[in-house]
Amino acid sequence: MNTIEFIQKIRNGEIDPAENIARVMEEISKLNKEYNHFNMIADDAEKQAKNINLKGRLAGLPVSVKDCICVKGMESRSGSKILSGYKPVFDATAVRKVREEGGIIIGKTSQDEFGFGSFSSNMGEGFETPLNPVDKKRACGGSSGGSGGITAKISFPHISLGESTGGSIASPASFCGVTGLCPTYGRVSRYGLIDYGNSLDKIGPMAKSVSGAALMLEIIAGHDKNESTSLDKPVDAYTDYLQKDIKGMRIGVIREAFGEGIDDEVSEKVKDAISRLEDMGAKTEEVSLPLTMKYGIPAYYLISTSEASTNLAKFCGMRYGKTEELEDGFNKYFSKVRSSNLGEEAKRRIMLGTFARMAGYRDAYYIKALKVRSMIIKEYKKVFKKFDLLASPTMPSIAPKFSDIEKLSPLQQYMMDVLTVGPNIAGLPHLSVNAGELKGMPVGMMMVGDHLEEKKLVQAGGKLE
Amino acid sequence: MNIDTSLIENVASLARLELKDPEKKKFVEDFKEILKAFSELDNADVKDVKMSVQPIEMQDSMREDLKEESLSQKEALKNAKHKKDGYFKGPRAV
Repeated sequence: MNTIEFIQKIRNGEIDPAENIARVMEEISKLNKEYNHFNMIADDAEKQAKNINLKGRLAGLPVSVKDCICVKGMESRSGSKILSGYKPVFDATAVRKVREEGGIIIGKTSQDEFGFGSFSSNMGEGFETPLNPVDKKRACGGSSGGSGGITAKISFPHISLGESTGGSIASPASFCGVTGLCPTYGRVSRYGLIDYGNSLDKIGPMAKSVSGAALMLEIIAGHDKNESTSLDKPVDAYTDYLQKDIKGMRIGVIREAFGEGIDDEVSEKVKDAISRLEDMGAKTEEVSLPLTMKYGIPAYYLISTSEASTNLAKFCGMRYGKTEELEDGFNKYFSKVRSSNLGEEAKRRIMLGTFARMAGYRDAYYIKALKVRSMIIKEYKKVFKKFDLLASPTMPSIAPKFSDIEKLSPLQQYMMDVLTVGPNIAGLPHLSVNAGELKGMPVGMMMVGDHLEEKKLVQAGGKLE
Repeated sequence: MNIDTSLIENVASLARLELKDPEKKKFVEDFKEILKAFSELDNADVKDVKMSVQPIEMQDSMREDLKEESLSQKEALKNAKHKKDGYFKGPRAV
């Protein structure tokens, strides 16, 4: 039974939401002991189920939420020890919309601390690492690893709210074999999102199918007066595009994304999927994105760490989260709380971002990266004059083993984002769908659309299921 | 540019982080590797290129300067351990 059929059965009384959610909670509690896809599981899900909007477009649907998205009364830590005990007094706008449509919040999914990672292996102190649903020796991808993992593993209809800064929806979707839809920057309100990079962060759905992701995006997208960067543009009926054919759709196949550094077998699987789109009438042609592929990683990491270094300044042991005894002056106090509660990668990115904005280095790093970002956006915009969508593998490989990740330096880990940083830095919507299997592990294919063209991603992505 | 312990200590101080000696040593090595790779950006010709602080064109969002509903004082203080008389209580400023 797919998500849309399930919701229909709840709405017409064939399934009791409270009975269903009791079974869901039993399953996820059991799974979590083995896979660590949740940082915390809701203790009020059955109570929520008794008071839902039974006519809502998500009536009775279990929804998991990445830990960085605030849920009222539910500990929301963004995977960091420094936010231990923080229980938001409000719902993020995306969560509020889910509740209004009858969705039931089942828990907070695990992630790299503050989203700082590509594998969900940079966990904050005291957090368990989520394990890949297909092979527990491998990573879920990151940073929305728990969302990807539980979406693949759960046997009930369910959708997760993930979040992407540089590829954090697409990567776990690829490694776990599910659908991840990262919308245009500003399409979904960031109100209530614990930010990483405020000009890059996007909340988006992860689901077993494109139809589930399309349905969720229809609900969470839209302008929000509480969030000044949310776009005041009409929201498309994305689910209507599932049925539309793709005859004549122009798809650009990114040349550099099938070359050096990308696993040959992964490339082959994705090429097969592209052929299937051709068989259905899409017209494909090779396209080159030289600036994006060359400068994407440094530009992304300099901008995102610069933003993170200011956004994370608020975690200083005063208004929420971990504290210490109030002694010494403020500099010493803030430093003490931060140093003992932030993990290694969080410190590294705060350091890099602070450096990139320092007097004497700012022009060469931060400002330069913002200018290069303009060049990258321009390169994409030019390509979208000719193409509806662009296609590539999502990640350069299948999900790596933890034993191999340990051998990578921080820079080598950053390089894994080579295919996803482009659309993220340019704020472009992108979709990762499963394109097949390699050694039993899922292979993701990514499609990128022009700003606010999520509907085309749904239209083409749905054809591959 | 000389990436050494003294640079790392300066950055850490600005970032309000106290690093232990092994952390400093590790960050020196990481910074060397990362910044060398990122120096690729030196090759980008950005003459006459403007910055993009947002990826998509945004319009200023203004509203009337009127009192609106917001969190109550009690709600705002709910997650704070250190508070007094309805205010957050912080460390000494001087």
